[in-house]
Amino acid sequence: MAMEKITRLPVPTRRQFVRSVIYGGLAFYGLPAFARAGKPPLGHVVVVGAGFAGLTAAKYLREWSMGNLKVTLIEPNPQFISCPQSNLVLGGSRTLDQLSFSYDIARKQHDLHWIRDSVMSVDMANKQVKLTRGSLSYDRLVLAPGVDFNYSKIPGMPSPVENIPHAWKAGKQTLQLRQQLESMPDGGVFVMTIPSGAYRCPPGPYERACQVAHYFKQHKPRSKVIILDANADIVSKKGLFLQSFNGAYQGMIEYHNNSEILQLDTGSKTIKTDFETVKADVLNVIPPQLAGKVAQVAGLNNVDQRWCEVDFVSYASTLQSDVHIIGDSISAGLPKSAHMATSHAKVCAAAIIELQSGHAPNPLPVFANTCYSFVDDQQAMHVANVYRYDPAKKSMVSAEGGGVSAKASLQEGEYAQAWAHNIWADTLT
Amino acid sequence: MQRFTVTLVWVCFTLATFPAQAEELALTSTRTLAASCAACHGPNGNSLGSTPTLAALNQQYFIQRMQGFKDGSVSSTVMHHHAKGLTTEEVTAMAAYFAQQPRQTPQPLPHQSFLGAQ
Repeated sequence: MAMEKITRLPVPTRRQFVRSVIYGGLAFYGLPAFARAGKPPLGHVVVVGAGFAGLTAAKYLREWSMGNLKVTLIEPNPQFISCPQSNLVLGGSRTLDQLSFSYDIARKQHDLHWIRDSVMSVDMANKQVKLTRGSLSYDRLVLAPGVDFNYSKIPGMPSPVENIPHAWKAGKQTLQLRQQLESMPDGGVFVMTIPSGAYRCPPGPYERACQVAHYFKQHKPRSKVIILDANADIVSKKGLFLQSFNGAYQGMIEYHNNSEILQLDTGSKTIKTDFETVKADVLNVIPPQLAGKVAQVAGLNNVDQRWCEVDFVSYASTLQSDVHIIGDSISAGLPKSAHMATSHAKVCAAAIIELQSGHAPNPLPVFANTCYSFVDDQQAMHVANVYRYDPAKKSMVSAEGGGVSAKASLQEGEYAQAWAHNIWADTLT
Repeated sequence: MQRFTVTLVWVCFTLATFPAQAEELALTSTRTLAASCAACHGPNGNSLGSTPTLAALNQQYFIQRMQGFKDGSVSSTVMHHHAKGLTTEEVTAMAAYFAQQPRQTPQPLPHQSFLGAQ
């Protein structure tokens, strides 16, 4: 891979040269063994995807192996954009700039080999990933590709449509949806559809409804939010969201359950369900989801052809023991959240270091998850749980004592801010 | 005889290293569990926000607070949901772990303008 930039070094003076030989000699013996031998003692791990999961795994693989593992990260995007808090861009209390970050610090600080490219295929027999430019060998592969969208499941919208954004990955579409809301006349209708089954960020759609209503309340008070939820009920923080739907946003948010899309007309932005036909001024279709493309290409999405089954002790695929999968792509009774993704990453990193050292990983991993949702520009509420591995069930099981806030509050709004800054710092520095 | 000696040496070696390895695993398991707190309390317990910094926190104080969250004698908004899910051993191990972490001024976040590519 001819990825590294070639830079011409300045010619040293005689004194600088002598000094560099002495210091270089000292540094040489201070370096980890592999830097001298040229081969990392614990091997080479290739991580695909630099979101919350992949970047955290890369960082902790380097930190906890004390540099004895070589880590290469493959990511096509030029910067990190946080999905957490991106609903606040729709509400108007955050800008996308505030959620955008450079990868430079993480990359330099942890001495990560960084390749800006996409993985086209995985040759698991020969332990190689093929990129659009060249290929790369690994001892262990970590896949953190997030989610992909399955438009073929949407009747009437078999592929993405330019003016109907999902905005379910933070970026351009977040801005597009915000602009659509801004240009919508007062009295207009915002319709959001929620897919059935597992999707990224379970409380996210309901938080989005609150954020759009928060914006309407200030600027377009005659407008309406209609939620067409394919699920039988509100999936996460139900009681808390109902407090907002029936409280601050009463008469503005309409929640319709069991409302699977039977037909969608993209031209008129009209949706037919079992119960009604709804016409939108601004339409936000959150598509059904499945494991990210790389996991599909590798053929590791073995649960309903959607999600990847893993061993929760090491996050190794149940189909391929030297390929680990973390983050939103895995099949688990766990919410697909950023905190979860970083927790998978840490357990996976610790396990890989043990395995590469010839030891068994911790057989009983434990971790926590805290997830905040904002109901307006300042108040938030949480769901928090400890999860521990149950060897009999072979899954991560919610420990006793977890739960949700009594109500959304300003104090939790502050904690939610702290959460964002701390998880960003943990991932990006 | 030579074979016996080799076996004996191997057995002694294994017996000597086994507890060390188990101890190390316990340590790394605590480290992984403690790392899970970073989402709210910052890298190695150094918080960037209004949540408490856990790095270099007095061990006894950590245990006292966690036990209080657990039995309800200390009121909290979030922490009781975590404390109740952890064992006494886990709390004790994490108290020792965080007490040893150096208090550091957190690095500024690498904010960057949205480049428009994604």
